[in-house]
Amino acid sequence: MDGLTVSELEAAVGDKNVVKVGQGKAFKSKWIAKGKEGRLIASQQLQVIQKTSSHPDPKVITDLKKRKLVKMQKITSFKIHKGPKFALEIVKEETDLTADMLASGAWKTAAFKPYNFKSLGADQNAGALHPLNKVRHEFRQIFFEMGFEEMPTNRYVETGFWNFDALFVPQQHPARDLQDTFYISDPKTADKPHAESQDDKGDYESYWENVQEVHQDASQKGPDGRPPPARYFSIDRVFRNETVDATHLAEFHQVEGVIADYGLSLGGLMEFMEIFFNKMGIEDLRFKPAYNPYTEPSMEIFSFHKGLNKLVEIGNSGMFRPEMLESMGLPKDMRVFGWGLSLERPTMIKYKVS
Amino acid sequence: MPTISVDKAELYKALGQEYTTEEFETLCFEFGIELDEDTSNIERPIVNGKQEPPQLKIEIPANRYDMLCFEGIALMLNVFREKTPFPNYRLVEPKNGKLETITVHPDTAKNLARQRTLVAIGTHDLDTIQGPFTYEALPPKYIKFAPLNQTTVMSAEELMQHYENDKHLGRYLHIIRDKPVYPVIYDSQRRISLNTTNVFIEMTGTDRTKLEIVNNIIVAMFSQYCAEPFTIEPVQIVSDHNGETRQTPNISPRKAEAEIDYINNCCGLSESPESICKLLQKMCLSATPSTSDKNILDVSIPPTRADVLHQCDIMEDVAIGYGFNNLPRTSPNKSSTIAQPLLVNKLGDIVRMEAAMAGWSEVMPLILCSHDENFAWLNRKDDGTTAVRLANPKTAEYQIVRTSLLPGLLKTVRENKKHSVPIKVFEVSDVAFKDLSLERKSRNERHFAAAWYDRVLLMLKTAFLTNEEGLEARKGLNYEVREDHTKVDGYWIEEINEETFFQGHAAAIFLRVDGKAVRIGEFGILHPTVLEKFELRYPVSTLEINLEVFL
Repeated sequence: MDGLTVSELEAAVGDKNVVKVGQGKAFKSKWIAKGKEGRLIASQQLQVIQKTSSHPDPKVITDLKKRKLVKMQKITSFKIHKGPKFALEIVKEETDLTADMLASGAWKTAAFKPYNFKSLGADQNAGALHPLNKVRHEFRQIFFEMGFEEMPTNRYVETGFWNFDALFVPQQHPARDLQDTFYISDPKTADKPHAESQDDKGDYESYWENVQEVHQDASQKGPDGRPPPARYFSIDRVFRNETVDATHLAEFHQVEGVIADYGLSLGGLMEFMEIFFNKMGIEDLRFKPAYNPYTEPSMEIFSFHKGLNKLVEIGNSGMFRPEMLESMGLPKDMRVFGWGLSLERPTMIKYKVS
Repeated sequence: MPTISVDKAELYKALGQEYTTEEFETLCFEFGIELDEDTSNIERPIVNGKQEPPQLKIEIPANRYDMLCFEGIALMLNVFREKTPFPNYRLVEPKNGKLETITVHPDTAKNLARQRTLVAIGTHDLDTIQGPFTYEALPPKYIKFAPLNQTTVMSAEELMQHYENDKHLGRYLHIIRDKPVYPVIYDSQRRISLNTTNVFIEMTGTDRTKLEIVNNIIVAMFSQYCAEPFTIEPVQIVSDHNGETRQTPNISPRKAEAEIDYINNCCGLSESPESICKLLQKMCLSATPSTSDKNILDVSIPPTRADVLHQCDIMEDVAIGYGFNNLPRTSPNKSSTIAQPLLVNKLGDIVRMEAAMAGWSEVMPLILCSHDENFAWLNRKDDGTTAVRLANPKTAEYQIVRTSLLPGLLKTVRENKKHSVPIKVFEVSDVAFKDLSLERKSRNERHFAAAWYDRVLLMLKTAFLTNEEGLEARKGLNYEVREDHTKVDGYWIEEINEETFFQGHAAAIFLRVDGKAVRIGEFGILHPTVLEKFELRYPVSTLEINLEVFL
C-alpha cells in the first residue's frame, strides 16, 4: 500500500470539503498517517490485521472492534482421518435376536446395538394380591404350623348377648356405648338367648367366636369323658363406630387365637407367645399386667423395637375368666387362654407404610 | 383407659425416691400401669403466672377406680414396693356422739329412671352446713337455691338454662332435664377451701353398687389427710319406705377364698401359703392361710379394691406381685392338636390366586357403605328384605352393610382413575344379608367379583373361564365344573336384561347343583347411567358370583 496523494483522494471522494473534514478526522483517529511524498497511507494497525488476520496486541483489537473497523469472524475447522471401522457403507445394527436370525445363522455376523440396562422395563400388566391379605396368609401359616383350627367368624352381625354379655363385659361398659359400637336398626332384635338385645355389629372383639367354639367343644367329650383340648384361631374384619380420618378407620382386621387345655400356666403361655411371635421375626417379649373385662390375668405383650429404641405394644392376651367359661359348661380345671393383635400394624411395618 | 396427671416432684416425694424416667417406667410396667408422658422436657402451660411444674401422665386401667387420683397412685406404688403397709380404714364415731343423718324421701327412689348416668358427687364443708339432711325429688320449679359461686337464688328451671352453655356442667344437664322431678339434697352449700377441716361427702346415682364403690374410694382417699389418718365418720341414711335404713359407708373388708393349688398351678409356681400371702400384701390384699383347709387362703379385700371379684383376680395379683416377667417359663405344648383351615377360606384363597395369576389386582374396599351406592347407583331396587341397616353411624356414609361387592370395586376404580388403563380389579370377600330364620337375623356370604375398566369393551367371559379352570384345579374339593348344561355339575350362561347392565350385554351364570339350576351370579357391561353415578369415564364390565355354592 503506497497510499494516495491528497489530490488523488479528492478525486476519489469528489468533494473537497468532505475530504478536508474527513482527512482531519482520519488523522486524529490515526487511520492514516503522512507517508512518503506526502501520501496518506492507511494506519499501520489495519495493515497488520489485513496481512495476518489478527494483531498481537489484544487491546488494539478491542479498540478497533469498538470503532467498528474490524469484525470477529469465527472459522471452524475439522481434521478428519480414517478410523479403524472405516467403511464406505453404513452398517445397520440389530437390536434383538430374532427367530429368523437363528434360523439363517445371521446372528453370527450381525452387529448388535448395545443394550441400555438403565432403562425402566416394560409394564407387565401383572396381577397382585393385597398386602393385608398377604400378611393374613402368613399369620394363617403360623397358626397352622402350631396346630390351630380356623374358626368360622364370618358373621358381621352379632348379638349383644354374644358380643358383650357372654364376654363378661359389664352392662355399663363404655365399649357398649353408641359411640363405640355399631347397632343395627334393621333387623332390630335377635332371637334368644337374649331376646331384648339389639343386634350389634359383630366382632368388637371376636374372642366370643372362638370361645363359642370351645363351648361347642364342651359338648363333645374326649376319651376321658371331658372336653378335649383345642386350639382355635381366626383372622377377620371387625368394626368400630369411629369418625373416620387420616389415622382412624371404622373397619380393620383382628388376628386372634385361643388355646384351651388342662393345666395351662402363665409361664407356659408366655413361652408360647415367644414362639408365635418369633415365627414372624419379633423377639424379646416382655409382658405387662393389663385389664380386659373378660380376661384375668391379662397381659399386654411388648417387644423391644430396635429402630425406635423402646418397647412397642404388639398384642393383648389373657386367661379367660372362670365366670365366663363355667357358664359355657366348661370344666373348672380347663384353662382357656386367648390373645390377639391387629393385622394392620404388622402390615404397615412390613411394607413400610406410614 | 383414663390418663391421670400427677405432679412429678410430689409423687417422687411421696414415693421417697428420685426415679429416672426409665426406672419409673419399669416400675409402672411391672405393676401394670403405663407412663404415657413425662412433661419435664417439653413446653408446659403457664398457670397463674408461673410455668406448670413437670407432670407425669399415667395411664390407669379401667378397673382400678382407686388409682384415679394422686393419693391412690402413690399409695398403691408404695405398698407394691413394700415401703408402707396397706392402711387399715376404719369407721369412728363422731366426737359429739351423734351421727349425721340424711333422710330419703319416699318419692325419690321411684322417680329416678334406670339409665346409664354418672354418679354425682358432692363434697361439702361440714362446718358450714347443718344436718339433718333430706334427699328429695321435686318438680323443678319448686327447687330454689343459690348455686355454687353464685349469689342469686334460682329455680331449677332457671338453673338448667343458666348452665346450658357452661363448659363444665352443660353436658350433664340432659341426665335429669326431661324428668318430671329432680333429685335434690337440702341445706345451704359452701365450697371446700383449704381451711375446711371436716368434709361431708354425698353422692347420688342410679346404680347402688357403683355408688357404694365410689363412696368407699372417695372416703378412703380423703381419709389419709385426717388428723387421725384413715378414719371415717359414717352417716345414717334413713329410708323407712323400703326398709333400707343403713349406715354408710360400709368399709369393712370383703372376705374371699382362694385355692392355693389353683394359684400355684396357674402361675407355674410352687410357693408356700405364707409366701403367697406376702406377695398379696404388695397388692393391698391381706391374706392368711385358712385354719380349716390347707389348700385355702382367707383373703380380706379392702374397700378400695372393687375390681377383685373371683379367685382369678387374686391369682393375677399373686402373679403381679411375683412379677410377670419373673414367672418360670415352661414348654407350652401340653397336648397336640390338628390344624384345620376353614373350607370357605380355602376356596376363597384358590380363587384369589387364580385371579391374581390371570392379571387382576386384589383390592380391599370397605364393607359399610351408603344405601345409594349399593342400590340406586347400580340401578337396583331395595325391597327391604336384603340389606342390614346401621342405626347409629358416626360417619354419614355408613348406612348399610353391603349386599354386593360391586360398589366397592367401582369406588376403587373411581379413586384410581389417574392410573393408566386397563384397570383390572377383583375382590373375594363377604357380603351380608338379612336372614330372619337365624338367631342373628343375618348371614354372611362369600362372593367373588371383578371389574375391568378400559377403552375397549371386553366381556369378562374370558376372565371367567380362566377362573373356572382354576376352580377345576381345586384340591380337596371334588368338584369338576365344565360349561355344559347337560352334565350333572355343569354350568352355563344365559342372557339377562337387568338395569345394572347395558341392554343386550349381560348374562347370568347358572350352575346345576344337586340336579337343580341355581343362579350363582352375573356379568356384563355396566349401564352408562351406572358409570355416570360412579364418575367413570371408560366402559366397565363386571362379574360377581356367590362362591358358597361350591362348598
